[in-house]
Amino acid sequence: MSTTATETAAPALNRKDFVTENDVRWCPGCGDYAILNALQRTFPALGIPREKFVVVSGIGCSSRFPYYMNTYGFHTIHGRAPAVATGVKVANPELSVWLVTGDGDGLSIGGNHMLHLLRRNVDINVLLFNNRVYGLTKGQYSPTSPVGMRTKSSPFGSFEQPLDPVRFALGAEAGFVARTVDNNVKHMTATFEAAARHKGLSFVEIFQNCVIFNDGTFDPVYGREQRDEQLLYLEHGKPLRFGKDGAKGIRLNGLEPEIVTVGEEGAAEDELLIHDIHHPSHLFAALLARMGYPEFPTPVGVFRSVQERATYEDGIAAQIAQTRATAGEGDLQELLTGDATWEVPRG
Amino acid sequence: MIKSKDRFREIDAVVVRFAGDSGDGMQTVGEQFTDASALAGNDIRTLPDFPAEIRAPAGSLPGVSGYQLQFGSREILTPGDEPAALVAMNPAALKTNVGDLAANGLLVVNEDAFTKANLRLAGYDTNPLDDPALNERYEVIRLRISELTKDALADSPLSTRDKLRCKNFFALGYMFWVYDRPIDPTLESIQSKWGKRLPDLADANTRALKAGYFLGETHEISRNRYQIARARTVPGRYRKISGNDALVIGLIAAARQAGKNLCYAGYPITPASSILEGLARHKNHGVKTIQAEDEIAAVGMALGASYAGDLGVTGTSGPGMCLKAEFVGLAVTTELPLVIIDVQRGGPSTGLPTKTEQSDLLQSLFGRNGESPLPVIAASSPADCFRAALEASRIALEFSTPVVLLSDNYIANGSEPWLIEDAAKLPAINVREPSPDEPYISYKRDPDTLARRLAHPGRPGFEHRIGGLEKSESGSVSYDPENHELMTRLRADKVAAVAKTLPPLAVQGAPEGDVLVIGWGGTQGAIASAVRRLRDEGHAVSNTHLTHLNPLHPDLDALVDGFRRILVPELNLGQLRLLLAARYGRSFTGLNKVQGRPFTVAEIHDKITEILTSLQS
Repeated sequence: MSTTATETAAPALNRKDFVTENDVRWCPGCGDYAILNALQRTFPALGIPREKFVVVSGIGCSSRFPYYMNTYGFHTIHGRAPAVATGVKVANPELSVWLVTGDGDGLSIGGNHMLHLLRRNVDINVLLFNNRVYGLTKGQYSPTSPVGMRTKSSPFGSFEQPLDPVRFALGAEAGFVARTVDNNVKHMTATFEAAARHKGLSFVEIFQNCVIFNDGTFDPVYGREQRDEQLLYLEHGKPLRFGKDGAKGIRLNGLEPEIVTVGEEGAAEDELLIHDIHHPSHLFAALLARMGYPEFPTPVGVFRSVQERATYEDGIAAQIAQTRATAGEGDLQELLTGDATWEVPRG
Repeated sequence: MIKSKDRFREIDAVVVRFAGDSGDGMQTVGEQFTDASALAGNDIRTLPDFPAEIRAPAGSLPGVSGYQLQFGSREILTPGDEPAALVAMNPAALKTNVGDLAANGLLVVNEDAFTKANLRLAGYDTNPLDDPALNERYEVIRLRISELTKDALADSPLSTRDKLRCKNFFALGYMFWVYDRPIDPTLESIQSKWGKRLPDLADANTRALKAGYFLGETHEISRNRYQIARARTVPGRYRKISGNDALVIGLIAAARQAGKNLCYAGYPITPASSILEGLARHKNHGVKTIQAEDEIAAVGMALGASYAGDLGVTGTSGPGMCLKAEFVGLAVTTELPLVIIDVQRGGPSTGLPTKTEQSDLLQSLFGRNGESPLPVIAASSPADCFRAALEASRIALEFSTPVVLLSDNYIANGSEPWLIEDAAKLPAINVREPSPDEPYISYKRDPDTLARRLAHPGRPGFEHRIGGLEKSESGSVSYDPENHELMTRLRADKVAAVAKTLPPLAVQGAPEGDVLVIGWGGTQGAIASAVRRLRDEGHAVSNTHLTHLNPLHPDLDALVDGFRRILVPELNLGQLRLLLAARYGRSFTGLNKVQGRPFTVAEIHDKITEILTSLQS
């Protein structure tokens, strides 16, 4: 989603301008509070007037989001927010459209719509809250639940292969793909802002903790004790380093990444893979996306940001402009009359 | 034998059917015959009838494709019951169609196609053309259409296979001669279609058409030629229009009348696809079309577009209606304008995709969870689809509600002449905006329409949230029991308020009498024809045809009291009848048929006669 320059300088907005009067009804301790806080901090930083924001959601805990953002908002039906958001953007490309969804809403019941939203490159920002569980229906396994996860609907452990949202988005060739975490507001804000500034579809997965039904699911990755060793912060143009004081790095061995120790004992810094969000090859981001717990640190940040093709709404506008240029502005009377007519005379 | 060109018989209407293999180009010749007749000033109605398979095995019974039309010098309201003339291009076409041909009707067959293999495919043990009974019952004209076409194209560079493809134009030329149609419009159409791209084909079709036409003139084959005078219709400029084409231009006109952009999202489905295709051709009118990934996405996109200020429209057929239901419910509760077009076909499930039926009425009214009322209207003829599109859009925008517009396969693909409307005189659509001077209350209602006034995203100072959860008037989520009941009743009252905006109900015949016929949708022509005939015979029979199925027209209340019996003919098992019986607490007589085909005038005439007889005893 690109920011749209406004003709007149709008008064500067702050976080409070995006807070609604509604009581927030997520469970105490839910990761959604932090995400809400981060988005309410992101919007005023974008220089877009408040009335130009539209937050569209499906169904689920995350999808209550629009009620808490003081902008235009539409809480739609389960899995179908991509359709509504597409219609909104096509009707008015000036709007900054944000789609809030979850792992069940966006990848299970709405998986087909999500695929086509990404494929079409509609200029929309997708925030997918991944808590690896169905929260609003009180604790069933989701399409991102790990194998073995015991829930009410998988009492002996889920044996379904989980879907990785980032790999799904890259597979659908989204132009902007990122991942962030609900326990780092600064990282979330920076990631949302980068998504907003990308013209074209932006997809952001957020690791989100469900305090009731899946508490601690991401702790092995982003817990206070683990995150130095387990999170790999992607930064454009910088080598892939992680661990305390960046002691470790990722080096490419053939087509496979490998973990190396950086320094005199191990690899030199210039042997490390340099992150490039504009990398011309799809394989680059795909390679990063294959890394994850427990074999590798889990990358967070922007995986890919490329503008390979026009946005969907620009495509529609371009064809309208093109046909008007060649056939002229449509005349209703000519349309009603058509090509072949005959006259019935009086009398 | 009488010399053919000396003998014209003047008749006031005639029904012709072309039937052949689905690869024989019968739809093309049917369309061409229709155009030529329309340009000759006749009134006309058509009924294309083709198989669901694109190409069923050649020569087989399921592969037969037909095109029936009625044209005449009087007002023509249906494609006719029994054809007076049948062109059968092969044995399968003869077998599946000859039963409908009127006694003493004209039967033109392509003798060359009656080979052993084709006879076997059609299930004939012997050649039916040699059956004396066939020749006694009909005026059989055996033409060697394949060979004659090949002869006419002897020096064409086309392959023999491609030459044979021109035989439909030969048959068309022959029928043009029989019914004294002008061939120039077809010659022009051939030139514009193929002249530049495939000049050899254009030349071959031209020659085949002329060869067929001159055959009758140079040989003394047909005993009669028929001449149909110009119809004495309302003077003015006319065009031919099909139902789906009328929806296309009607939606574009509606958007203009409302001062909005049209955004149409659809998913390919028979028989609604040509609406999406038609609109996609008119982008210079600012039309945005989206081919969605499925039926659900299509309605969701249209709803999103409406929310953001466009006129959002989606179109489908029965199976797609099932899929869209949840989104339509969201449109009901968020009270956003949305037009949902259902071009009905035979159901349930995949049913009869290329055949007509009127069995989605109750689904449209009730096929959603919760108390979920919405206005439903139906188009009654191909040309009426134009006004129906305007009316559905008017209700959707003025009442801020989803509206279902029912069409059906029969009127979607059928066509008729249309007195071209003046774009400057189309009805206005008045969208009421929220006042900029007072604080915006998102579910505050207009006192007349009960519609909430919409503030579209982008409008400063009107930021608010909507969604599928129940809301209070202020627009906040409310689980309050009284509020839910209040909002449920308000939504119902709003839909009921549409009735206050309707023009008086049109009734053909007296407002009281023995029998009233109430119809809706594509049965209009057959009902009106039958009732008119009975009135001409002196019977106290009237009919009214409902555009508005929800809410029902208030004038209906008094009308039903004025008749001893009320007949409700429907191409379903009695869906409107159920609604009427529930509303009026009296009994209604049904005439119900689900054969994938429209009513014949005779079926309705006979039923009314039966009722009249029972009233006398």
